Amino acid sequence: MRSSNLPPNNPVSQFIKAQQEKDLLRFIVCGSVDDGKSSMIGRLLYDSKQIFDDQLASLANDSLQHGTQGEAIDFALLTDGLQAEREQGITIDVAYRFFATDKRAFIVADAPGHEQYTRNMVTGASTAEMAVVLIDARKGVLTQTRRHSLLVDLLGIKNIIVAINKIDLIDYSQEVFDAISQQYLEFAETLHFENIHFVPICALTGENLTLPSTNTPWYAGPRLIEIAETVAVGTQDLSAAFRMSVQSVSRPNSDFRGYMGTIASGAINVGDLIRVNPSGMETRVKAFADFDGPRHSAIAGESVCLVLEDEIDISRGDLLSSIVDPALVSDHVEVHLVWLAEEAMIPQRSYLLKIGSKEVRAHIDRLKYRIDINSNEHVSAVTLGLNDIGICNISTVTPIGLDPYDLNRSTGAFVLIDRITNRTVGAGMIRHSLRRSENVQWQELTVGREQRELMNEQKGFVVWLTGLSGSGKSTIANALEVMLHQRKIRTFVLDGDNVRHGLNADLGFTETDRAENIRRVAEVAKLFVDAGMVTIVSFISPFEAERALAREIVGDSDFFEVFVDAPMVVVEKRDTKGLYAKARAGLLPNFTGVDSPYEIPTNPNLRVESSVSSVVECLDQIVAELVRKSFL
Amino acid sequence: MSYLARLEAESMHIIREAVAQAENPVMLYSVGKDSTVILHLARKAFFPAPLPFPLLHVDTTWKFKEMIKFRDVVATDPDLRLIVHINPECVRLNINPFDHGSSMHTDLWKTEGLKQALDEGAFDLAFGGARRDEEKSRAKERIFSFRTSKHVWDPKNQRPELWNIYNARHAAGESIRVFPLSNWTELDVWQYLLAEDIPVVPLYFAKPRPVVMRQGMQIMVDDDRMKLLPGEVVETKMVRFRTLGCYPLTGAVESEATDLSMILAEMFTSRSSERQGRMIDHDQAGSMEKKKVEGYF
Ligand SMILES: Nc1nc2c(ncn2[C@@H]2O[C@H](COP(=O)(O)OP(=O)(O)OP(=O)(O)O)[C@@H](O)[C@H]2O)c(=O)[nH]1
Ligand SMILES: [Mg+2]
Repeated sequence: MRSSNLPPNNPVSQFIKAQQEKDLLRFIVCGSVDDGKSSMIGRLLYDSKQIFDDQLASLANDSLQHGTQGEAIDFALLTDGLQAEREQGITIDVAYRFFATDKRAFIVADAPGHEQYTRNMVTGASTAEMAVVLIDARKGVLTQTRRHSLLVDLLGIKNIIVAINKIDLIDYSQEVFDAISQQYLEFAETLHFENIHFVPICALTGENLTLPSTNTPWYAGPRLIEIAETVAVGTQDLSAAFRMSVQSVSRPNSDFRGYMGTIASGAINVGDLIRVNPSGMETRVKAFADFDGPRHSAIAGESVCLVLEDEIDISRGDLLSSIVDPALVSDHVEVHLVWLAEEAMIPQRSYLLKIGSKEVRAHIDRLKYRIDINSNEHVSAVTLGLNDIGICNISTVTPIGLDPYDLNRSTGAFVLIDRITNRTVGAGMIRHSLRRSENVQWQELTVGREQRELMNEQKGFVVWLTGLSGSGKSTIANALEVMLHQRKIRTFVLDGDNVRHGLNADLGFTETDRAENIRRVAEVAKLFVDAGMVTIVSFISPFEAERALAREIVGDSDFFEVFVDAPMVVVEKRDTKGLYAKARAGLLPNFTGVDSPYEIPTNPNLRVESSVSSVVECLDQIVAELVRKSFL
Repeated sequence: MSYLARLEAESMHIIREAVAQAENPVMLYSVGKDSTVILHLARKAFFPAPLPFPLLHVDTTWKFKEMIKFRDVVATDPDLRLIVHINPECVRLNINPFDHGSSMHTDLWKTEGLKQALDEGAFDLAFGGARRDEEKSRAKERIFSFRTSKHVWDPKNQRPELWNIYNARHAAGESIRVFPLSNWTELDVWQYLLAEDIPVVPLYFAKPRPVVMRQGMQIMVDDDRMKLLPGEVVETKMVRFRTLGCYPLTGAVESEATDLSMILAEMFTSRSSERQGRMIDHDQAGSMEKKKVEGYF
């Protein structure tokens, strides 16, 4: 942005200038249930004069109604802003509040203490540069204290303040304070914190938080706010390697092509050589397109639009990096994964992995172990449930540019997204790459099914719908195609009716013709699978033998047979195309169900009852099973 | 980077991420200072390209005349497309704050009007200027906030939002509200307007204006639809507005601040929040959360 255009020397301008030059610290307040997090933040806001008179008046009112402090003000109600939170007296979701002192501006996240809401704490911690871990002096280090500390550590926060709260309730005892500090230090030994400060506070009175305390003469250290004002903000290490994930490509006209993004680390100047990951191509920065006028350099944190020397292929999600210290390129990584969803993680299932602006399909190859919160030990596990932390190997369908999270909090972080519900289900931090394909330009000599699938970001397979005429195969096939299409999955439907008009127009309904009909369709389906498509075949295919043949042609692992089951009486009664009536009248010889048998599939991958379930229900069952079997 | 510069960069990042993932984005433009800042940030974010989305103004026909004038000047920019939506049902029923009360007036004109406009335009993502410092339930809301096909917010089941990675995937029919100014405070907004030299509606600056004291608020008599109640007198006072909405529901503050730096000087000593000037927010406890659950922005 521009530097301020104020008249100098007027007191207001000087004040504003001082405001604008302040830096910003984002921190989180976490710890166990009821340790006083919300109260502490309320008190911080109150003491930094962030609470206006009208807000104070409504706070006093609220305190009488919902407060836990009798007649006195309940500061927790300043941040517990949801109706449910006020009624239950707990924090459910993270609140972001803002205050400033003479030295710094702060964004503070108030985390919920309840285990159930840990994922909301993780949301708050992911953007924090410092953490205050609160401990109730009467209770000491609890499971949630440990869980939150572990998460804060995993998320790469190095500066910790352990605030031992409610010191008023233990007679301001130094022994208790020392014992808890010792207990915490022992536990934190295995973590990677760089600075740990211990402060005895009373959130209600603000003692040692914002105000000095006469009740703790034995404590000579700084007040909590003073520590927060001076903690080094790890913002701009300009010597760090340049990284920028491309958010989008700007093409307002044919003469201009710009690459927009936020610089994740390092600095970049006009003339610098950069590498595009994962393609490995290199080019130079030609210019910046900037609203505020010409510029020659930019640094970490800035949002920019780069113009490059060469016209090379760069799209959203590509990672631009320095060539001296380039990013890694890999499709197989070991990560820390925090699970954020109620539904358990399913190894081998395909999720979307989002890193920077890049979305790519990925699956968990192997869950190596889960971390036990209490003991910090590794326990073997087959899945991760809500709020579990594990170490796993993840494979992506195409290589991506990345860095270990230790080295770069921006290019080493990702989320996993459920492809069906669209919800964010996991938070990941890359430990290291498991492939040595790093920095190697990616070259393919031939293009085969695997390469097509990589490019399509999907796997090809056949959904084979079998069932009586009128059982609803085509309806289900169409609905399935629409649904997959909306999820950006490429599909193609082969339907008995349309194929018989063209490709198989020469075939009739004798047993040999029927077999040939199925053989051709299976071969065509196989070609589509090779092309990387999800191919939906909707054919009566009444004979077990020909379905087996189709399975053999396509390949067992790419073949998903769905028996669309509807009783003869129902389909005949429905008779949407009037075919049964014709067949009964003898106008259609060899009609399945009338004068030609339908052999019930003995072992389909799935059976749906279209006379009992709605189309949507059938669809849900199919998709769920496809997901379970890792087709999707 | 100074913290204002960090806020600016974060907002630009958010705006770009949202547009890249949306099928049909739109920006809610209320003509106020926050909308003005977002519009400016969006221009910066996409420079040198024009804005890749239209602006939507949900007009209640009860906005200050000066707001409409300002809006129409902004809309003369050939690179901007402004959609103005006026709820036809409200026109038909002549819904107004005097006869129907602030709550029903806002609900029908604004909440219903907004839902209509979003449905009509089939917008799957809408930018809004809300800030977390405005109100307690907003402090809890994610930057990318999801709405069901009925525009309902579920505060107890918000999507995790980690780092600066924004997952905007949504099913057909669902939509997203995106708040690029989430982490800004009112003070930041004024400072930014000053630093960037951005014009705002003159109502924000103090000037002698005709006002009436009603329900503890200084209401400006903006046109003759406002009838005086017994005992009320119109006085000319030096006032300005900290927030802008429908004129009969927006309280003015007495002030001498005629430019941005004077506003800032007053802000540093202010003892009341900007929302105090909005009648609709303190109709009932938890009213903002309730409104949001019902589909208010
Ligand atoms: N005596 C005393 N009581 C305190 C102190 N700090 C907080 N409390 C009380 O402890 C209770 C819990 O405080 P909260 O601030 O809601 O706790 P929290 O950590 O935010 O709880 P969750 O967010 O639900 O995990 C309230 O009744 C507070 O008034 C303190 O320093 N001294
Ligand atoms: Mg709390």
